[in-house]
Amino acid sequence: MSIGLHNSEFKNPVVRWVDQRLPVFTMMQKEYGTFPTPKNFNYFWNFGALAMVTLMIMIATGIFLSMHYVANTSLAFDSVERIMRDVNAGWLIRYVHMNGASMFFIVVYIHIFRGMYYGSYKAPRELLWILGVVIFLLMMATAFMGYVLPWGQMSFWGATVITNLFSAFPVVGEFIVQLLWGGLSVDNPTLNRFFSLHYLLPFVIFGVVFLHVAALHITGSNNPLGIEPKGPQDTLPFHPYYTAKDSVGLVVYFIVFAVLVFFAPNYLGHPDNYIPANPLVTPPHIVPEWYFLPYYAILRAVPDKLGGVLLMFGSILIWFVLPWLDRSPVRSMRFRPLARPFFLLWAVNFLVLLWVGGKPAEGHYVLIARIATAYYFAYFLVILPLLARLERPLPLPESISRPVLGGGPLPAGAAAKPMEKA
Amino acid sequence: MANIAHAAPDGAPRRDFLKLVTGAFAAVGVGAIAWPFIASLQPAKDTLALANTDVDLAPITEGQAITVMWRGKPVFVRNRTAKEIQEARAVPTNSLPDPATDQSRVQKDQWLILVGICTHLGCVPTGQRTTDARGDYGGWFCPCHGSHYDTSGRIRKGPAPRNLDVPQYAFTSDTKVRIG
Repeated sequence: MSIGLHNSEFKNPVVRWVDQRLPVFTMMQKEYGTFPTPKNFNYFWNFGALAMVTLMIMIATGIFLSMHYVANTSLAFDSVERIMRDVNAGWLIRYVHMNGASMFFIVVYIHIFRGMYYGSYKAPRELLWILGVVIFLLMMATAFMGYVLPWGQMSFWGATVITNLFSAFPVVGEFIVQLLWGGLSVDNPTLNRFFSLHYLLPFVIFGVVFLHVAALHITGSNNPLGIEPKGPQDTLPFHPYYTAKDSVGLVVYFIVFAVLVFFAPNYLGHPDNYIPANPLVTPPHIVPEWYFLPYYAILRAVPDKLGGVLLMFGSILIWFVLPWLDRSPVRSMRFRPLARPFFLLWAVNFLVLLWVGGKPAEGHYVLIARIATAYYFAYFLVILPLLARLERPLPLPESISRPVLGGGPLPAGAAAKPMEKA
Repeated sequence: MANIAHAAPDGAPRRDFLKLVTGAFAAVGVGAIAWPFIASLQPAKDTLALANTDVDLAPITEGQAITVMWRGKPVFVRNRTAKEIQEARAVPTNSLPDPATDQSRVQKDQWLILVGICTHLGCVPTGQRTTDARGDYGGWFCPCHGSHYDTSGRIRKGPAPRNLDVPQYAFTSDTKVRIG
């Protein structure tokens, strides 16, 4: 090895030549080949990889769609219909992109659920969690602006309602809304900037995902037991063990995706978006895309404009401080007999919000939305902080291998030790 | 241990077979995914639907030429004079860079229909108006790199490799022609 060259372990002369000068092969081998990964992952740990695949599918289909799409209020709707009818395989690419957004949120919601259930946000993974919340916020902004582009009735009125949310803020509200519109209403300048940002943000997401993964590879992955691997006996190399396990999940993911695209491409969409935008007529029942319904329900549950907007934004921003709201040292809900039912109820409550967000804001739906909103915040602000003091967690296993390989109950002295470690 | 235990009767390890099958499936999958993306870059249905252009020949007097759009390209339609036809037919074809008889390039003697794109690098030659430069042979002249075309649109001098292309066309009546 000459001075200044990386000490490559690769034998293939071409690979070696590159690797000595730019050790990308060594890096890939270290981060995705031999990377030590807890040996007890369940299928919930597929969803990070699935989200990564979805992001790549969205970027690929999006780039090809943008070659045919026209960001102009008088042409946008027709250009999307042209993609559906005239562009070769345009229907396929658009349906993949459209349903890909839904798949992205399904995958990411499960990924977040996994993180909450198994306490993946706790030290030392707080920043990893925070980066994840940043990715989620960017995803929401990207999805919202993407939904505006076809310039149907739901696009237009969704854009109008969502941008008007910012008018709730005192003093600066009006200024922010005009900044988003570039005019005095949602119009051509709005469509143009939304298209520009819709193209930009996925690459920003890609950058934050890189940081998310980089942070993950410092702390290592959490696992269903929520205890750290104690040594090589508790881990497996990422390849081939988890590349194979992720591939199994990927096949199932593609089956679900294909069913949506080929058999029910408009099931998750709203038919009104196939009516061209009309600034003079609001559709009678306007709802956002399904993945925004829980926050929409929170917005409508509050009988005050500013209050509703603050709680809606707060419902996601509160995730940022979750690592400090939940001070219990035990990560996995498997060992938290009280937190576990409260959290599962919270997850069901989230689905209730999703359901009620799609219903008209009247009668008993309003009451249900209010109770669900109250529990949503109570879980974070009251229940978790209290449980950290009151709950008595179950004894943690001594190591990841121990419950698998047997070895009976823990020795008396070991019980306290995992507690502090976790 | 594994290598010996899993060797097939003919000596080829089972793992080699599995790797080949996996690789083949991956290649087919990548191809199947790439196909619609590449197809989407090809001309769309509505683009191809614009592939015909109808031209009314009645207003074009002898010696006059018009340019029409066909598939986004200019098409020259020239009502040739008897002198121009005679000039085009007087040339011995074996002396031409791209030999072709004038008869093979027209359906009706007076109507010369050509794609108005120089076969060198795609410029539009001048010569549609009688006041334009028409080159040394009275047809068209490409100002970009100096190709001279005669009154049959054949290359006579300059860097162009081929005669001006004759598009597919058919006379739908005595005074109407459909190009494409």
